[in-house]
Amino acid sequence: MTETFYDVMRRQGITRRSFLKFCSLTAAAMGLSPAYAAKIADAMENKPRIPVLWLHGLECTCCSESFIRSAHPLAKDVILSMISLDYDDTIMAAAGHQAEAIIEETIEKYDGNFILACEGNPGLEQENTGGMSCIIAGKPYTEQLRYAAKHAKAIISWGSCASWGCVQAASPNPTGATPIHKVPDLGNAPIIKVPGCPPIAEVMTAVITYMLTFERLPSLDRQGRPKMFYSQRIHDKCYRRGHFDAGQFVEKWDDEGARKGYCLYKMGCKGPTTYNACSTIRWNGGLSFPIQAGHPCIGCSEDGFWDKGGFYNRLSGINQFGVEENADKVGIGAATVVGGAIAAHAAISALKRSQNKGDQA
Amino acid sequence: MSTKTKNEQSVYVYEVPIRLWHWINALAITVLAITGYLIGSPLSSLSGEAYEHFLMGYIRFAHFAAGYVFVIGFIGRIYWAFVGNSHAKQIFLPPIFSGKFWSEVWHEMKWYLFIAKEPKKYVGHNPMAIIFMHVMLVWGTFFMIFTGLALYGEGAGFDSWQYSWFSSWIIPLFGQSQDVHTFHHLGMWVILIFVMMHVYVAFREDIMSRQTLISTMISGWRTFKDNRKD
Repeated sequence: MTETFYDVMRRQGITRRSFLKFCSLTAAAMGLSPAYAAKIADAMENKPRIPVLWLHGLECTCCSESFIRSAHPLAKDVILSMISLDYDDTIMAAAGHQAEAIIEETIEKYDGNFILACEGNPGLEQENTGGMSCIIAGKPYTEQLRYAAKHAKAIISWGSCASWGCVQAASPNPTGATPIHKVPDLGNAPIIKVPGCPPIAEVMTAVITYMLTFERLPSLDRQGRPKMFYSQRIHDKCYRRGHFDAGQFVEKWDDEGARKGYCLYKMGCKGPTTYNACSTIRWNGGLSFPIQAGHPCIGCSEDGFWDKGGFYNRLSGINQFGVEENADKVGIGAATVVGGAIAAHAAISALKRSQNKGDQA
Repeated sequence: MSTKTKNEQSVYVYEVPIRLWHWINALAITVLAITGYLIGSPLSSLSGEAYEHFLMGYIRFAHFAAGYVFVIGFIGRIYWAFVGNSHAKQIFLPPIFSGKFWSEVWHEMKWYLFIAKEPKKYVGHNPMAIIFMHVMLVWGTFFMIFTGLALYGEGAGFDSWQYSWFSSWIIPLFGQSQDVHTFHHLGMWVILIFVMMHVYVAFREDIMSRQTLISTMISGWRTFKDNRKD
């Protein structure tokens, strides 16, 4: 019989009490009613583990770093055994041909029934130029990705790289880095985006737990992100929100406002435009999150967050004019030109009018 | 055009709802532009305890309230385009397939470039004004209403009608929320430039054209200054 999560957890020395705690915490994190804790426990006790192939493209491994730090004690010890993580070149023991053989084996054994977790994205430019980059076992990553994707039940796009493109896709994107959902010829497996640079560890584990418990994808928003974690902005649940509404802002680093923990809006905080769960779940076991540490949110779970001008500017940069501008600079510039034109036109009009009057007289 | 042989002839052009909308809309735009600017670049930080103040809250409230006035006013204006007199439709439906219309636009351009000696007479807007208002005001208003409600829906939440009708498709269309903010902000400048030109031209035409403008938007009656044809 295939090992269940519960078996694995017990084997790892986790008590039933802590196991049930994990289930109720996960239910709470996913915004489910307490009744679901039992359902989760039931699923974990009875359902076989989901095989997962975890592929790495162009990325920095921060998603893996986050994932293995999933802070809940149970998750921390067990998460890697919970899912049947068959292939993850960064942290697996096997290497070389032995490692690559696992992909084949998983696809054969669980064709259409495994989850493909993508960390990072492929650089498609090499397909046009014939260049070589991101080579895994002698083949471009793109090939590995396409092959595995066509046999997968579902694809999870871990992090902003796989979801949106992230830094390697930032302008001018020399490698043609392309987020998973935009890669052509990828088959029809549904794609779940879990953006963030990296995504929150508990969010990552909860998405997998949900898929195991309910045997379906979590409910996604229009952009393919799980609604339970990406339906609110950082700003909506920020503990500094009171200072925002009051009009109390940090004006510059280390000023009085910064010491008092005022709102970081003027320091370029992207909390008001960023959908993520940092202000509720927080990081490192609920210890803190960037804003709590006194730094504005840089909006790392949003599409193209590298290309919106400085992280410390409230208004986005507009670079279409060849120089660094923002909406106000463009607007004031245009208004000045129009204002000047109006003044000149008014002056000529007045002149003409007085001339005409002179003619008539 | 009437052929009464009076020294001055008057026509009733702008019905009460149109005039009411015009001035309410002007007020709403003023409030929206000021508060909108202050949302993008807030006033200096206030000291003291957070519970003593609600400055940003009031500024945002004023923006949202004026925004709803702007939206509802525009819906009313569209309704009046259907039930009002023929002039009420003008800015919504420029007769772009009419050759006469374009030749009049051309004439109006020449008048503004000081080539034509005299403008023509128009009961409603002159043809260039129709194009100007259609593009900058009508489309500008649509743009600001759609992006504005999309941003409002983000705060109202996933289960709000603003979110499902606007935010859900407008935010991904632009890329992300920050981009919608930027374009909404640029839209403000488009509307402000419209206002600058509109006010200038209204005064200029009031003085130099052959018909009244400013008093027309108050009383509704267009008075011609001469009774020559065209």
